[in-house]
Amino acid sequence: MLETTPPRNSKNIQINKSWCKGCGICTGLCTKVLAMDGGGKAIAANPSLCTGCRLCETHCPDFAISIGVDVN
Amino acid sequence: MQNKVNKYLRSEMLPHIWCPGCGNGIVLGALTRAFGLLDCDQDNTVVVSGIGCSSRASGYLDFSTLHTTHGRALAFATGIKLARPELKVFVIMGDGDSTGIGGNHFIHAARRNIDLTAIIFNNSIYGMTGGQSSPLSPLNSKATTAPQGTLERPFDLPELARAAGATYVARGTTYHANMLTQLIKNGADHKGFSVVEAITACPISYGRRNKMGNGYDMLLWQKEHGIPVERARKLEPSEMEGKFAIGELHKSDAPEFTDIYERFIDEKQINHREAKKA
Repeated sequence: MLETTPPRNSKNIQINKSWCKGCGICTGLCTKVLAMDGGGKAIAANPSLCTGCRLCETHCPDFAISIGVDVN
Repeated sequence: MQNKVNKYLRSEMLPHIWCPGCGNGIVLGALTRAFGLLDCDQDNTVVVSGIGCSSRASGYLDFSTLHTTHGRALAFATGIKLARPELKVFVIMGDGDSTGIGGNHFIHAARRNIDLTAIIFNNSIYGMTGGQSSPLSPLNSKATTAPQGTLERPFDLPELARAAGATYVARGTTYHANMLTQLIKNGADHKGFSVVEAITACPISYGRRNKMGNGYDMLLWQKEHGIPVERARKLEPSEMEGKFAIGELHKSDAPEFTDIYERFIDEKQINHREAKKA
């Protein structure tokens, strides 16, 4: 299969909190970098560990995460 | 890529209405990335959807979109494609929408082999109306209409599509999101009726009742049960029990309906002109 979302080297993890519903998919897939804050929304707890695989970005059902690119 | 993807979303409509952990957003993401790969022209692409949770997707996509009646998305799409064959038409339906209410439209669109790309969000349940069992609910799965488990066997959607005459049939899951993007792209590139079944999770109406956990647990379920078709073909039927093949399941060539129809019209017009001359 062709790689449709090539990995990014950037550690620039952007989370749009107003779109995040706190479903826990990203924190389940990536236990090292992402965590839930007190309000039940995803945060980048350890951004330096990010490998830029973009699994969180492709699997966020709410379009709330983007890696290494400025959006909005 | 993200900027390119967001171009196809009506971001002012977000956040969407889907529940936390619902896989529909992942399918929509895969779809927008496929639009990016196809470099879709927003003025010459139409997205048609039926009724149900999944069919709300058309409202979040920035194309000419049509949110139609229950089960009838393919009928509307057939009309659009026949009137304007140069348009690229995508059809978004749910499992109940496409095989229950719209079962007949589905098999006849496949029989005609009309150049549409149908993406079916299969969450195994009628989520929006309150968790009734659908024709794709697995045997013995619980629903509000089947509290002790459904006694009816589900359709095998790709088999149904292939038998009815669809010339491109594929199945992906929200866990295998990149593969799903590629399958949708290949389906759109294929000339003829393309069906892509996207296995997605409904943690609220299906998962909770069937003790499958939250959205993340249901993603892992898809990882464990979706077997790439190349490997699935080598396995014994007993080894595939309870599992399903994912990937490109069927591809064939057959005359496409809008081509046949245009040729027919051309011939009739030539005959008519010649009859007038004589």
